[in-house]
Amino acid sequence: MDNQGMTVIGGGLVGAAIAYGAVRAGVKVRVLDQGDNAFRASRGNFGLVWLSSKGGKLPRYARWTRDAIKLWPALHKELLELTGVDSGLQQPGGFWLGFSEAEITARASLLEKIDREAGDIPYKMMEPRELREYLPGIGPAVVGGSFGPLDGHANPLMLLHALHAGLRERGADVISGVSVGEIRHDSDKGRFEIVATDGQSWKSGRLVLAAGLGNAKLAPQVGLQTPITTTRGQVLITERLKPFLKYPTNKARQTAEGSVQIGSTTEDVGLDDGTTTEKIEWLARRAVATFPALAQARLVRAWGALRPLTPDGYPVYQASTSCPGAFIAICHSGVTLASAHSMVIGPWMGGLTAAPPDFDVFLSDRFADPNKSFSHDH
Amino acid sequence: MSEVVADFVVIGAGPAGMAAACEARSHGLSVVLLDEQAAIGGQIYRGVETAPSDRLEVLGKDYAVGRDLTSAFCSSGARHVGGATVWNVSTDGTVDYVTNGSSGKAVGKYVLIASGAMERPFPIRGWTLPGVMGAGAAQILLKGAGALPSGPVVLAGCGPLLYLLAWQYLRAGASIRALVDTTDRSAHLHAARYVTGALLGWRDLAKGIKLLAALRRHRVPVYSGCTDLAVEGESRVEGLSFRHGGKLVQVPASLLLLHQGVVPNTQISWSTGSAHRWNAEQLCWQPVTDVWGRLGETSLYVAGDSRAIVGAQASAVQGRLAALAIAARLGAVTDLDRRAAPLQRDFRRHTSIRPFLDSLYRPRDENRIPQDGGVLVCRCEEVTAAQIRRYVELGCQGPNQTKAFGRCGMGPCQGRFCGLTVTELIAGTRGVPPDEVGYYRIRPPIKPVTLGELTR
Amino acid sequence: MTTEALFSIPHTAVVKTVTIIIDGKSLTVPDGISVAAALLAGGVRDFRSTVVGKAPRAPYCMMGVCFECLIEIDGVPARQSCLVPVRDGMRIRRQDGAADLVTANLGDVA
Repeated sequence: MDNQGMTVIGGGLVGAAIAYGAVRAGVKVRVLDQGDNAFRASRGNFGLVWLSSKGGKLPRYARWTRDAIKLWPALHKELLELTGVDSGLQQPGGFWLGFSEAEITARASLLEKIDREAGDIPYKMMEPRELREYLPGIGPAVVGGSFGPLDGHANPLMLLHALHAGLRERGADVISGVSVGEIRHDSDKGRFEIVATDGQSWKSGRLVLAAGLGNAKLAPQVGLQTPITTTRGQVLITERLKPFLKYPTNKARQTAEGSVQIGSTTEDVGLDDGTTTEKIEWLARRAVATFPALAQARLVRAWGALRPLTPDGYPVYQASTSCPGAFIAICHSGVTLASAHSMVIGPWMGGLTAAPPDFDVFLSDRFADPNKSFSHDH
Repeated sequence: MSEVVADFVVIGAGPAGMAAACEARSHGLSVVLLDEQAAIGGQIYRGVETAPSDRLEVLGKDYAVGRDLTSAFCSSGARHVGGATVWNVSTDGTVDYVTNGSSGKAVGKYVLIASGAMERPFPIRGWTLPGVMGAGAAQILLKGAGALPSGPVVLAGCGPLLYLLAWQYLRAGASIRALVDTTDRSAHLHAARYVTGALLGWRDLAKGIKLLAALRRHRVPVYSGCTDLAVEGESRVEGLSFRHGGKLVQVPASLLLLHQGVVPNTQISWSTGSAHRWNAEQLCWQPVTDVWGRLGETSLYVAGDSRAIVGAQASAVQGRLAALAIAARLGAVTDLDRRAAPLQRDFRRHTSIRPFLDSLYRPRDENRIPQDGGVLVCRCEEVTAAQIRRYVELGCQGPNQTKAFGRCGMGPCQGRFCGLTVTELIAGTRGVPPDEVGYYRIRPPIKPVTLGELTR
Repeated sequence: MTTEALFSIPHTAVVKTVTIIIDGKSLTVPDGISVAAALLAGGVRDFRSTVVGKAPRAPYCMMGVCFECLIEIDGVPARQSCLVPVRDGMRIRRQDGAADLVTANLGDVA
């Protein structure tokens, strides 16, 4: 498929969703994925399909997230019917739980601001008594919280499995165990040549960089400038338990399989994706303070993963101007945004549709001003 | 939360761990030994301190001799923490554990991992049914509780432990309905290459001959060279079917004991991020160490069967060697090479028969890598061989990807019982060697612990 | 499910006994042995049913690696019964599917 078709570098949640969206819209798609030992931020995702508090400094991001939340049921249903793999979507609404009055006051003003600026981002602040009607297991440490009726969760691993099975069903070419070293752009022929570190190479008319942390090295080769940093998130996963938690919360959620995920930390530790005793114990204490019954739950796994982050924490979606046909997508909310990545970004980067409206806010140009400083918003 | 600091922390109270602790104490090192069981002895000398004389008689001399080591350990001055579940080992020598519902920390200048062996999984159809157990498990029941099969038992598989258990059962008066031997007859030819080594280990060979003679004397039906094993039954084992001499044979069984050798219990060494290599003779992973057992540039050493299968006597010697090397590092021993030389000779003598045994009792491919797609590979999450093959077709290259796709290895056993099978299944499906497929990324907690235990 | 026991412990081996309670029924067993050994010798054939397929399971390895012998002991679910020694008055319940935090908490804790 020399000049036709699109090659996606990265088979994680972002790359697989964009690739799936393109192939379902009729684009010929190839995905180059790394092997068993890749960093794999997708595996460390907490699994929330979450709107509340997103976009405090960027209303467009709040609206983009809301679009994704609303597209999710269709993606879930389609993947289930096509592949038989259940990505585990549940959208019963979700809770944020606070341990101090100061936290709760800050939360209320953030949610009010987002709803005012972005519009139609519903929420409700709750006292412990009302919280207990939904979450009877919360402990005395919880002094208040907020409820987001559009919030929910899914299974990140099953979503990844479903997307890969869907790619296979729809005829995409997924090549595993590939580590891309170099990308050459032939502007006369309007095509890219992608060379793996082991010498294999592929030619393609369109190119999407969705390689997470790997984007840093690849982007400059196709005229895209993009600062990427990372934080480590550690999560804990318990044995399977009988259902006791009907709603996902920011501190713990019970998956459809029954295990409870407890998360997560935000640590600035470079490229170390390990786990630490100190953080495991901290997460355990916080989970037991939130839901005292969890003291008897057995921890089966702890996980550390690196989130690919831009300096302000918001995504970058961008087309290259110097190498037409090349795109980049950087984002760490790969589960929440999977539906929008499939149904909106895939067709756009596949060349079938124009960029979504008001998408200039997601260009990496926003980081170009050397005098500006950034902080992660979420 | 309690914290203890010592020169030397040992994990595991089997031969390697106890011998290492004794050796280290003899050079004046402070020693803390952590073990999951309440009593010392490991699995091989399980219950040896308290076993009544009739049980010692049934189990034989090789078991009773364990008392020498347990009493040496008890008078060594090493501190023993029993009932300790180790859940994290850091490369700097910190060991986190849980005992009696609360957490503890043992900080060692050096740590020895002596976590021993486990029985190799035997993934055949029906191996999850109640009434199917490892032969080693049944032997533990005999050592720890004096328990014997109530009715006629069927033993199946291969390896010295299987014959030893049969001999012990006969001595105790238990009845054996059949011994279904899966040893590949062509393995006898391969094994012949190692006869010189085996002659050095003549004592072990003589033992084997004695065991087989006992089976014949008791007229135990022995089926040799069996293939196509399948466990029959719906909600519990009812029988075993297999192919013997071209014929399909079925034997009824309410208790079926399977065994095809033991493999290193590598969960702890994997969890430290250390390099491992595939041992093609023993068909298992083993940690990469220096000659003394040290893992890379860490404060951690490995000795005994958790380093590679060497047996109880060689494990004890290897434990001593590791302890000597650590004592030398701490300046308590100045003539390491001179002291090590006789131990190294002992080690060679005890392990001379190993290549012969590994070759003779090499478990058949069909009993390690299920061809029958319906066989459960992951007992915890109930993932079949066919599912693993399907994930490989979808692009999964290794066990971490198949785990993400189908939860294989995500259950409470944390991959201990499916890991080897999954590596070999993926390798076979992809047509690459196991080294290229790799293993699960094992992370803390090394064993499941409750969240409450971590907060206390 | 108790029935004819797969294992038996000859009386000569028994020095002292304790009484444990399995699903409401008393069982007199030798002191010092593991809960798994006590149940196997007491006629318990399956210890739990699996989470995924509701299939019956019983101990396989007896040394703490297979996690097939998980059972609720004194109100704490999913304990490895091959690693826990019996204690007089111990209350044990077979586990049906996944561990249940709620009923475990309301259970037989002394």
